[in-house]
Amino acid sequence: MSNDTVQYLLRLGDNALILSHRLSEWCGKGPALEEDMALANTALDLLGQARLWLSYAGELEDAGRDEDALAYRRNDRQFCNLLLVERPNGSYADTMVRQFFFDAWHHLALQGLCRSADERIAGIAAKAIKEVEYHLRRSSDLVVRLGDGTAQSQKMMQRAVDELWTYTGEMFESDGVDEQAVVAGIGFDPVALREPWLSYVREVLSEATLRIPPADAFMQKGGKQGRHTEALSYLLGEMQYLQRAYPGAQW
Amino acid sequence: MYAQLVETGSTRLRKLDELSGDERRFQERIDAGIKIEPKDWMPEGYRKTLIRQISQHAHSEIVGQLPEGNWITRAPTLKRKAILLAKVQDEAGHGLYLYSAAETLGVSRDQMIDDLHSGKAKYSSIFNYPTLSWADIGAIGWLVDGSAIVNQIPLCRCSYGPYARAMVRVCKEESFHQRQGFDIMMALCRGTPEQKAMAQDALNRWWWPCLMMFGPSDAESVNSAQSAQWGIKLFSNDELRQKMVDQTVPQAEYLGLTIPDPDLKWNEEKGHYDYGAIEWAEFYNVVKGNGPCNRDRLKARVDAHENGAWFRDALLAYADKQAQRSTAAAA
Amino acid sequence: MKKEWPLWEVFIRSQHGLAHKHVGSLHASDAEMAINHARDVYTRRNEGVSIWVVRSADVVASSPDEKAPLFEPANSKVYRHPTFFPMPEEIKHI
Repeated sequence: MSNDTVQYLLRLGDNALILSHRLSEWCGKGPALEEDMALANTALDLLGQARLWLSYAGELEDAGRDEDALAYRRNDRQFCNLLLVERPNGSYADTMVRQFFFDAWHHLALQGLCRSADERIAGIAAKAIKEVEYHLRRSSDLVVRLGDGTAQSQKMMQRAVDELWTYTGEMFESDGVDEQAVVAGIGFDPVALREPWLSYVREVLSEATLRIPPADAFMQKGGKQGRHTEALSYLLGEMQYLQRAYPGAQW
Repeated sequence: MYAQLVETGSTRLRKLDELSGDERRFQERIDAGIKIEPKDWMPEGYRKTLIRQISQHAHSEIVGQLPEGNWITRAPTLKRKAILLAKVQDEAGHGLYLYSAAETLGVSRDQMIDDLHSGKAKYSSIFNYPTLSWADIGAIGWLVDGSAIVNQIPLCRCSYGPYARAMVRVCKEESFHQRQGFDIMMALCRGTPEQKAMAQDALNRWWWPCLMMFGPSDAESVNSAQSAQWGIKLFSNDELRQKMVDQTVPQAEYLGLTIPDPDLKWNEEKGHYDYGAIEWAEFYNVVKGNGPCNRDRLKARVDAHENGAWFRDALLAYADKQAQRSTAAAA
Repeated sequence: MKKEWPLWEVFIRSQHGLAHKHVGSLHASDAEMAINHARDVYTRRNEGVSIWVVRSADVVASSPDEKAPLFEPANSKVYRHPTFFPMPEEIKHI
């Protein structure tokens, strides 16, 4: 099996894993009990998806690495998640906007993956898309409510939108790995997701009385190729601590 | 337990024939095993005691998220991480069910949370101890949740309907919590010598605080006698503690771990384990606020609540605007 | 602003086609959020396929003081129960 497919699966797995990790940092500290539980549900869904993607990547790679070897024993340069999902939680407004930007992309991406020629990929996507439909409904809903809430909430949401916008462009960049996935019929073309994403995001932000930043703003990129923001290595340092400190131990 | 040293306001226990009118009918219903429901007449002392007990229980669940939550981001495998996250989330749910049960007695969740944050309301002493290693997550599940089950199963039969129903739900969900803790301990005890040492160290640190968690002996306590008469405390602290010791010792033996009590030994005559003297000075210190983590735990809760105020307010503001819009549209 | 989200009662219908059953309560800013929260709080273990939420303040309950006039009269209508009518052993399917 081609290296590109493994890489492709790692990207999907890493997105879900890293975002789930960020959300799990909120556990027990959310703004209301009900919200705390809702966010943990999203984190659990994403963690479940990450395990499926990483396990499949490990099988295809056929080098004896399981989901844990891939999650806990790769270095930051080998992680290929989008920069957006590794950004620190910040305030709950930042967390919600990050989630909304990602969910809107994730939902489109999974629609494409449901049509994958690789049955295993299509199967995982079909399971995940049901979960992500709820994530997207929830985050869109909260973006509207918080944007159109109080003067303070609107300000916080606008600031979050403006801050995180620069990390959204990468979601629509295609490289060799993406092209290969399209050629093989197993993946989607990220460039094609840009318009539907923009139009959905524009609609929700407008309902939320939030300004959408210019589509041609400068965009950060590099996550998919393993060039991350400074935030990722701290996250991994924490996440991988036990596996690194006690190599080979079973837990 | 999760509710410790609950004050009932009673100074002397009155027998049934000393009661009259509403109070007597109330006690007769309890004695007959009939549940008390929110709108039923109840003595003010019963209502206040229940609010104290249930809210303390709820606070314990919420504060109890923190020591375990401390290791979610460091869980050693993805499976363990998912299990731990689900478990800590369950605890938020249990807090929510319990706050709701207390709310049926005429107190708001905000009031209860304010009381927690001001230090007026207590939560279980056990959550003021730190989780210093992954093995602590195993030890908490095994010992603390194990103790919680011992305490909570009888509460499913307590006299106040909403509390009993909340406990039924909690117990149903909690059944996996103790097992996941023991499962972590088993993996550690079958692992490397370092892992086994980690497990032993966790047991050493958590054993005595767990025994303390049941609270001091209440054989002579008027409060406990009153709570027992009201059907909201079904076993004495010593009985529950003994049950926990008896069930845990063989489990520790199975794991090959040593319980840190040189006086622990089987008493053939009583059919129970005898255990050494508990240092109650430590317990009272922790209850007073001097446990290793009291300040951190409370600060974490206060911060979460204060940082979330804008969020809660915004959703209300939006709901109000929407309600106005729909009224305007209908007009 | 110091105001609490209102309290809602949650009713869930399980997968077995039974009636909606009261499962507990929660706080939410409005009806839609109450449904979302109910999903996230009360259906984490596959408990249901349908959710109702009602503002707790809108629930009208019978008064416990009226327990006797409301419910005791039914006690004397034993003929409403099938066991009131003893049937001969040899009679089946009835």
